[in-house]
Amino acid sequence: MTLSQQILQYLITGVTVGTIYALIGMGFNIIYNSTDIINFAQGEFVMLGGLLTVSSMHVLHLPLPFAALVAVLGVALIGTLLNIAAIRPVKDPNPITLIIITIGASIFIRGVSSLIWGKEPYPIPAFSGEDPIHFFGAVIQPQSLWVMGVALSIVLGFRQFFGKTITGKAMMASSFQPRAARLVGIDTRFMILISFALSGLVGAAAGIVIAPMSMTQYDIGVMMGLKGFCAAIIGGLGHFWGVVVGGLALGILESLGAGLISSGYKDAIAFGILLLMLFFRPQGILGKSKGDRV
Amino acid sequence: MLFTAFLSVLPRFLTNDYYLNVLIFIGIHSIIAIGLDLLLGYTGQISLGHAAFFGLGAYITGVLSAKVSFPPIAGLVVALVGVGVLAYLIGIPTLKLHGHYLAMATLGFGIIVQIFFKELGFLTGGPSGLVGIEDMNIFGYEFDSDLKYYYLVAVSLLLTLLLSINVVRSRVGRALRAIHGSEVASSVLGVNVSRYKVGIFVLSALYAALAGWLYSHYMTFVSPSSFGFMFSVKLVTMVVIGSLGSIWGAIFGAALLTSMPEFLHVFANYETTVFGFILVSVMIFMPRGLLRGIEDAILGGVRAVRGRGDEK
Repeated sequence: MTLSQQILQYLITGVTVGTIYALIGMGFNIIYNSTDIINFAQGEFVMLGGLLTVSSMHVLHLPLPFAALVAVLGVALIGTLLNIAAIRPVKDPNPITLIIITIGASIFIRGVSSLIWGKEPYPIPAFSGEDPIHFFGAVIQPQSLWVMGVALSIVLGFRQFFGKTITGKAMMASSFQPRAARLVGIDTRFMILISFALSGLVGAAAGIVIAPMSMTQYDIGVMMGLKGFCAAIIGGLGHFWGVVVGGLALGILESLGAGLISSGYKDAIAFGILLLMLFFRPQGILGKSKGDRV
Repeated sequence: MLFTAFLSVLPRFLTNDYYLNVLIFIGIHSIIAIGLDLLLGYTGQISLGHAAFFGLGAYITGVLSAKVSFPPIAGLVVALVGVGVLAYLIGIPTLKLHGHYLAMATLGFGIIVQIFFKELGFLTGGPSGLVGIEDMNIFGYEFDSDLKYYYLVAVSLLLTLLLSINVVRSRVGRALRAIHGSEVASSVLGVNVSRYKVGIFVLSALYAALAGWLYSHYMTFVSPSSFGFMFSVKLVTMVVIGSLGSIWGAIFGAALLTSMPEFLHVFANYETTVFGFILVSVMIFMPRGLLRGIEDAILGGVRAVRGRGDEK
């Protein structure tokens, strides 16, 4: 492979991984927009998505598409349970309390998962074979296309949902002005519940589509969640398109850095970018700077 | 004073050396937790990366001891200076951030430092860890038994405690609480907010480095996995569960969380699950921490009793 082919290969990997980061970051954004909470258990949704698919296939003997559906719905349900059991009862919702609660919840979910599934990694078969597609001297795994396709449909789906449906608009309203939304008769508590369900749904989807390429295991959630959070911040926390840009930028830079510099420092590169971003442009690539109001 | 007496007689009540070992860890964790409480409880700035400063303290003295046989006391000086300078440089841009952004920046910093521990194999021994760190000796005096080491840790803890109580009760302490209340209001009143925030960040990093030094020469072995994100979370949990803004609370939290695995051994595999569950429940039902939660419950009970008395 020539250098330019190698770079093309890194770009393809980067876009695939970046798409996953963008999806996870989108899960963060949905909850952040409706509650101002950073849900540190987001990564666990990703892990649960993959592992529930595995179980649905091997225990319930469902074919892959149905298993995936069961997993996605299951994780959406877990998301709502998380909201009801751990977030709603909080009397003093300051950021530090909520950060610790969601971290505690993620530890709890990880603990339960390690009891159910043990500590070994599980594979999920590729959705449509493993014959690589050749593309200008680089190779694309068919699964990469699945990742991008699923992500694209989710993004477009959300666009429709938030822009066109009554529920979606009500969610947007609750996130901008919770008081005003309540005054016009929107049940904001229910909207927050939906946001946890949706967030679980997109997290699980991300976990399922990436599992054929990277296996799935009880503890993958931590890094996945943090990277998704990076994507959200790089793009601009809470910004709909920002997280897509942030995820792709993060995935590509990380993959180029790992390929051209050193793979051991891959995560250091990702978090280095995050720090630079926070120091010099904390509102993110697409976010607008807001003056601090007192 | 009372605490000094308590610490000095405590070992007499222990039936075996294993508990002494647990106590040493409680002491080491308390030192970090007190520093983190100054930052988080008093000044209201979260750090999810304090394991990095602990690790740097441990690794700096460890590498100097194992590779060029520096005496531990010289290792301590280098560790404190190194960590202090790094914390200062990192602190300036980081502490401009607030809330989730601050949490994320400190978290990112912690992860990067841990990766360097893993990747700089020629210095740190890589992922499998660094061996050959010498036993603690200070100016020729060997701390060769757990009991002696316990007293070394206890003295360090007391010094940290004295310094912290003085900081909290001084002008500086009032400035820190003012910053916690409102940064804008305090800067209007002439408090140099960023200088105080960075200052207290550096101080808490120095405590962590001191703890790292104690840890390194006690274990005589360090590995990257001890200084990861989860340990940072554990440290914050100690402070929060103990009760934010209370130095005694930090020590209580450190003692509770350090000894908890010993109790949870009964549950063996369920340990993480139970830990997560306790964390969430405490935050939901006693958001001001266990110590204050118990205090509130007692006061509430007293008030209820008195209230009934008044009605009669």
